[in-house]
Amino acid sequence: MVGPSSSHTAGACRLGLLARCLVGGTPERATIELHGSFARTGEGHGTDKAIVGGLMGFRPDDERLRTALEIAEREGLDYRFEKTRLGDEGVVHPNTARITVERGDRRSVMVGSSLGAGRVLVTAIDGYPVEVTGNYHTIVLVAEDVRGSVARIAGLLADHGINIATLRLTRKERGGDAFMVIEIDEVPDERVRDEIRGLSWVRWAFRLDKVSA
Amino acid sequence: MYRSLHAAVCDAEAQGISLGQLALETESRDQGRPVPEIRAALARALQVMRDAIAQGMTGDLRSASGLVGGDAAKLRTGPAGPLAGTAFRDVLARALAVQEVNAAMGVIVAAPTAGGAGVLPAVLTGLAQAKGVDDERLIDALATAGLIGAVVAERASLSGAEGGCQAETGAAAGMAAGAATEMLGGTPAHVEQAVALAQQGTLGLVCDPLGGLVELPCVFRNATGAAIALAAVEMALAGIAFAIPADEVIDTMGEIGREMDVRYRETAGGGLAATPTGRRLARERLVQIKTGARGSGPGDRE
Repeated sequence: MVGPSSSHTAGACRLGLLARCLVGGTPERATIELHGSFARTGEGHGTDKAIVGGLMGFRPDDERLRTALEIAEREGLDYRFEKTRLGDEGVVHPNTARITVERGDRRSVMVGSSLGAGRVLVTAIDGYPVEVTGNYHTIVLVAEDVRGSVARIAGLLADHGINIATLRLTRKERGGDAFMVIEIDEVPDERVRDEIRGLSWVRWAFRLDKVSA
Repeated sequence: MYRSLHAAVCDAEAQGISLGQLALETESRDQGRPVPEIRAALARALQVMRDAIAQGMTGDLRSASGLVGGDAAKLRTGPAGPLAGTAFRDVLARALAVQEVNAAMGVIVAAPTAGGAGVLPAVLTGLAQAKGVDDERLIDALATAGLIGAVVAERASLSGAEGGCQAETGAAAGMAAGAATEMLGGTPAHVEQAVALAQQGTLGLVCDPLGGLVELPCVFRNATGAAIALAAVEMALAGIAFAIPADEVIDTMGEIGREMDVRYRETAGGGLAATPTGRRLARERLVQIKTGARGSGPGDRE
């Protein structure tokens, strides 16, 4: 990785990489709100460069991270940093960021923390509570709360030879939107995502890349 | 993955293998990757570690603020001290070298973190050089270090923002001590002792970087972390046993980290960062970074 801090640089870069997946590529606009230690010491650690670099698809060992802000300006990624307080100390992890990304007509909001040693945990996507580590390829989808949805998705993945590592289903209320986070062992291709998107009861689906080493 | 170092030691002993081998087999099973592939990845990490050491030793790197850099070279070419010509002095130089590269946003291996990245490569490559250890055993030792680091991550923390420097250079000292002990012929039980001995020596260590930059005291804390690791290796291989098991020492580190005031967890609000000189330097140097008056990366030397 590129220094100087695995939490503030490698982890921050991975959060950027994950946020980028939510809009399917480098966003045109990004608002990055930093909480806790991220907000207090992020500048010295290069957190700003690392997150912006991640948004552009740079990985933690990419030396372009050093000049990510200049590259972003050249390539037309309009980014803005703000300091914020996302909750109480001790409840919200000290290295947490809320990243809002926009690309074309897609807009998405992700909250994620950098846990140390470059490990990350995404805790919310578009207001839904999730737990995405980026240690696996992950499929995230929002669907109507219909019977058999899990079986249908699991079957579809099996048809493509994909093994499920973990699966988490949550919903805000009965009959409301169901939110599914599926970590898988294999790399899903575009067809898998398109087939899932093709299901009439699926509102949207993303593929989050594996971002761990 | 193991949550307990003692459980790993028991498994390794029962199977008559090293902790490094156990780590490789466990990782292979967990990730569905063949052992040779993992060893190849570790070999690449070793190369990055060596490159960083070589780059840092040249002495012409400066950190973003200009506060650190060039000190590894002083240990290599500067006046002799009582430990001149020993592996100890060489290990200190290597630890400073890696961390100076890190402070200049150069490429390093987070081991386990970037802020603590100097300890493990310094101790392992320094002792390997001194004792004529080949790369295959060095790679096994990196696997051992990974197993120890994973236990610390599970039981305590590997984040200065969560647990202070004891979770960064402290964890790195534990990993380095255990890995080096095995590399130099220690048994899994020796490794467990080495981890406990190193980790106990870093309990309570705060994370107090000037201006929040991973520079001061981070660079020097990697050297002193490596020194603690060397002390632990020497004691463990001599057969010294620490009465509190490594797992419990690691738990203690996590507990102290959770109790630690936020000023001592990477916020630059306390410790050396809050001293009159610390505040003045941060004020002066941070202004320099913002105006771009200073600072050169490893790629663009002055």
